Amino acid sequence: MKPANSEQLVEIKDLCFYRGERAIFDHINMSIPRGKITAIMGPSGTGKTTLLRLIGGQIIPEQGEVWVDGEHIGELSHKGLYQLRKRMGILFQSGALLTDLNVFDNVAFPLREHSDLPDALIKTLVHMKLQSVGLRGAVKLMPSELSGGMARRVALARAIALDPMILLYDEPFTGQDPISFGVLARLIRSLNDALQLTSVIVSHDVQETCEIADYLYIIANGKVVGQGTPEELYQSDSPWVQQFLKAKPDGPVPFHYPAPDYAEDLI
Amino acid sequence: MFGFFQRQGQAVFATFARLGRASFFLWHSLIGIFSLIKRPLLLIQQLHYVGVRSLSIILVSGLFVGMVLGLQGYTILVNFGVTESLGVMVSLTLVRELGPVLTAILFAGRAGSALAAEIGLMKSTEQLSAMEMMAVNPLHRIIAPRLLAGIISVPLLTLIFNAVGFLGGHVVVVSLLGVDVGSYWGTADSVDFYNDVMNGIIKSMVFGFVVTWIAVFEGYDTAPTAEGVSRATTRTVVNGALATLGLDFILTALMFS
Ligand SMILES: Nc1ncnc2c1ncn2[C@@H]1O[C@H](COP(=O)(O)OP(=O)(O)OP(=O)(O)O)[C@@H](O)[C@H]1O
Ligand SMILES: [Mg+2]
Repeated sequence: MKPANSEQLVEIKDLCFYRGERAIFDHINMSIPRGKITAIMGPSGTGKTTLLRLIGGQIIPEQGEVWVDGEHIGELSHKGLYQLRKRMGILFQSGALLTDLNVFDNVAFPLREHSDLPDALIKTLVHMKLQSVGLRGAVKLMPSELSGGMARRVALARAIALDPMILLYDEPFTGQDPISFGVLARLIRSLNDALQLTSVIVSHDVQETCEIADYLYIIANGKVVGQGTPEELYQSDSPWVQQFLKAKPDGPVPFHYPAPDYAEDLI
Repeated sequence: MFGFFQRQGQAVFATFARLGRASFFLWHSLIGIFSLIKRPLLLIQQLHYVGVRSLSIILVSGLFVGMVLGLQGYTILVNFGVTESLGVMVSLTLVRELGPVLTAILFAGRAGSALAAEIGLMKSTEQLSAMEMMAVNPLHRIIAPRLLAGIISVPLLTLIFNAVGFLGGHVVVVSLLGVDVGSYWGTADSVDFYNDVMNGIIKSMVFGFVVTWIAVFEGYDTAPTAEGVSRATTRTVVNGALATLGLDFILTALMFS
């Protein structure tokens, strides 16, 4: 424990993480300011989901430190970690709704697990959360009856059920049509500002993400290759950043997963 | 040559690692059982899924096993003119061996495979992960009620299996073959018989515990893919049946020697 940094909610210091021989993160440093929307972008398979799991303490890095609200994730007890997670909301890439519960019970799940609120109050809260994602009409549906985009929004309602201090979004925009995208983007913004949250969005949708993020990190090949406000990044002359923002196929960011020489594989 | 030994070594190592994980898993799930005191509903729900839903297969199997025992017993004992011992034969066979063993194996096939598939799917669709991130321990919330439900259900199902089996024997022996009712039913009052009943219950408690443990662990430890889930269900049934038979030998040797 150290005094909580008043400006940075999450700090990642000199983090290294390996999957087998491959370095997913190679000495990266990042800090996520309080009260802002920070986006982390990078090509598919660079480890964006892995980064969220590191922040949530589901995996512990080989080297380096992850601090959340003044707590060193790697050194927390089981209990301490669970206390911290009650203040974190995470939106999984797949939604990860509990398939044996309907929409209502899914959103009520964290409330029932962590509070002794009376049923009437839980009902009000659940309806409020569902209303904010536009799915109050879907309370009685089972997860199997939802589309992918709807399931993601129900999962968002569940993630904000306990009024967390930080919300981690894993690819919130995939599977959303333009209308619900607009609604979702405004929702992320208004949740962030009204509840004084800190939001972290992990995404590879450049346009959409740049529209709502206050600060951006671009990671590729295990390193942070660019950071700044969206305007700064568009001005940047780093070839990495330009390639990623403009979606050019040629440039330093590889499209291919590391592989032996193509010609060698063919013969 | 070296490769061979290396592979064997790795296999042994992997087995021990798995045993370690299984023990750790069991320990934390057992701790989770205490938290069920505050939430009996979770347990009752699982008792329904795991226990009540296995009833039909237990009833039908028990009935037929009892009938076959009666019939087979009759064809043997009638040669010696001691058909009045049929009741003893049927009840002892059921209570000592067939009841606990068959119930456990049927349970592994009916409820164990369902548990492994359910938990494996929850893992592969990240539901267990999501629960952890909501600060809910899946070992307490998901595993503990299922484990306890299995531990409670199997001995009860065994008792039902035995009772129905004895009735099945009655149908064949008394109703069809005309053996005297009194001699068929008049066996239950010896001291030994109550010992046997107790031993049978102990057996079924051990089997229920082990089979359910295997099922929930296989589900929890599966690779999060479709193939992983199918392997977990197969392993639950195969390992559950083998563990039951192996333990049955050990327990029988301890109890009746
Ligand atoms: N359980 C695992 N075992 C081994 N390697 C893994 C595992 N999970 C992920 N990886 C590897 O880690 C890398 C990063 O995975 P991750 O899911 O974090 O990517 P991502 O940036 O979220 O990609 P996407 O944008 O496609 O969701 C991938 O290249 C993958 O091969
Ligand atoms: Mg991802």
